[in-house]
Amino acid sequence: MEDIGLWGVPLAILAGAIRVSTPFIFVSLGEAITERSGRINLGLEGTLVFGAMTAYGVAVMTLSPWLGVLAAMAAGAVFGLVHGWICKFPKVNDIAIGIAMMQFGLGLAFFLGKPFIQPSAPKLPSIPFGGWSDVPQVQAALNINVLFLIGAALAVFLWWAFRNTRIGLILRVVGDSSDAARAMGLNPDTVRLLATAVGGALAAIGGAYLSLFYPGSWNEGISSGQGLMAVALVIFARWNPIGCFLAAMLFGGAGALGPALQSVGVTQGYYLFYAAPYVLTLAILIATSSPTRSLAGAPGALSITK
Amino acid sequence: MTKLLPFSRRDFLRTSAMGAAVVGLAPSGLFSPAMAQAALTVGFIYVGPKDDYGYNQAHAEGAAMLKALEGVTVVEEENVPETVDVQKTMESMINLDGAGLLFPTSFGYFDPHMLDMAKKYPDAQFRHCGGLWKEGTHPANTGSYFGYIGQGQYLNGIAAGYASKSKKIGFVAAKPIPQVLQNINSFLLGARSVDPAITCQVIFTGEWSLAVKEAEATNALIDQGADVITCHVDSPKVVVETAAGRGAFICGYHANQSPLAPEKYLTGAEWAWGNVYTDFVKKAQAGEKLGNFVRGGLKDGFVKMSPLGPGVSEEARKTFDATLAEMMGGSFSVFKAGIKDNKGNVVVADGQAFAEDAIELESMDYLVEGVVGSTS
Repeated sequence: MEDIGLWGVPLAILAGAIRVSTPFIFVSLGEAITERSGRINLGLEGTLVFGAMTAYGVAVMTLSPWLGVLAAMAAGAVFGLVHGWICKFPKVNDIAIGIAMMQFGLGLAFFLGKPFIQPSAPKLPSIPFGGWSDVPQVQAALNINVLFLIGAALAVFLWWAFRNTRIGLILRVVGDSSDAARAMGLNPDTVRLLATAVGGALAAIGGAYLSLFYPGSWNEGISSGQGLMAVALVIFARWNPIGCFLAAMLFGGAGALGPALQSVGVTQGYYLFYAAPYVLTLAILIATSSPTRSLAGAPGALSITK
Repeated sequence: MTKLLPFSRRDFLRTSAMGAAVVGLAPSGLFSPAMAQAALTVGFIYVGPKDDYGYNQAHAEGAAMLKALEGVTVVEEENVPETVDVQKTMESMINLDGAGLLFPTSFGYFDPHMLDMAKKYPDAQFRHCGGLWKEGTHPANTGSYFGYIGQGQYLNGIAAGYASKSKKIGFVAAKPIPQVLQNINSFLLGARSVDPAITCQVIFTGEWSLAVKEAEATNALIDQGADVITCHVDSPKVVVETAAGRGAFICGYHANQSPLAPEKYLTGAEWAWGNVYTDFVKKAQAGEKLGNFVRGGLKDGFVKMSPLGPGVSEEARKTFDATLAEMMGGSFSVFKAGIKDNKGNVVVADGQAFAEDAIELESMDYLVEGVVGSTS
């Protein structure tokens, strides 16, 4: 292996952005769909972990990682449906239900996931885009998982679909005003139920990526709060799918900074470097805030804006 | 966290799911060293899952060995946080299962949780893994046990020194506490005994179990040219699989991880808690007094090495076996004769040599020359 010295840092940030960001991308895109319909699902951390467990378990039993991803999507959709169904009752708070569903998902995943901690599951395939380079580090960094590419394409598609399709319009109407939606003959509860289910299914794909590709192992600490951070990223990204994708990349890259700096010999103060993603988030939120307008792009019926 | 139900989760699970299978529930508590009964219930508490290929699995394998002993019932609970939760677990093991001997295995269980329970239940015996038990300060029915695994990391270093082509080896570490620093230093010194040009890059993740960061750290080490990786985190599974996936060799830690990467696994420093637990339980059953401060290393059977993998050369195997024999003889010391730390200060003077149980090593706060990294 060649000595790449300080070039290791930018390379690690790029590689980290690609490797670490995928769960953030899927969870935040899922949450963007749910929140655009006017509902918050804070339970996606639980869905992410349950998806990771389901995908790993099914992959171990069937030896097919793709079946694992499908099973995780189904499980995530069920979690979303439960959340959406409970929230349609009057005076039910979607944030409280989200927290309950998060704990439920975590507990159930830990309980059912016991037998899968030890076995090894087949990994999801990756595509080597680094063939043009003869530096092994670059080749390793550009070993890109298919799910990352799907996530990138999905972000662009959702951005387009929110603006240009009938379904996107319905979603936005319901999200901005329940009354207007009812006047159009739409049932906001049904739309939100489906939007939460789709959001859950996407979040579970993020979980499948965690357990079946990177870091590629199921244990109870696999997520360590990534699902919660991804929900926050949606607000950070102003409910814009492409913004979600970029924010996820930024978060992944900043997360790789700590290990990369230590590996080139910048070893003092690594706890500070590990806080980099959060410091960055705070800085950008402060820089883009305004005293004269509220959050641009926030769906009007969202309970945080009511 | 308050409990909503008057019984513990473990109790509920056991009675409901395995109700019929549970035998020997007759209360065997009330054990005391003075009038011991042959029947003994032993409780094990783990901070994580007991099949994590790591710290907890090493303890659970030890507990599993006890199940074969006559008159011994083993009760276990996993994923118990180092909070007041562990006190509840201990109480329910004592009151509901009749446990007479408890092994809370995680570092944070010791003070105040185990000490409080020991005062409340003076008839039960408590032995903690890794705590610093002091006579007079801590109750007489408590104690601690631990192993000196540094020599195991030195042997790992020998295997790594022969296997490394880039002369760079890597260490994924959790936190810069004395035990971890001693392992890092021993690993590098072992490798330098083979080739003094070798350097060891260390990356601290800051937590005992953080899968994504451990994977990132492993990748960063390999990107910088390290071709043998070892670690000190609770569950080495992610590090082992990531390193093997990138084509690096691995030295294991805590438990035997060779099934995860049979081709790339050189050897590993493992705990042999089964011997320690069997010894405690036999003494308890015989009514003898249990040790309060129990320590041991390779030669005492507290620590063992994984079988050498296919990546270990014949030459490496010879040096490995010779050093192991020297350690078994008890004459070997890793930290001896003129060692500098990586800032240039002399930390072990010429002519000085620390045995593995030397008290100076328990407060280690430096990384030796050749380790690239910093403790803060």
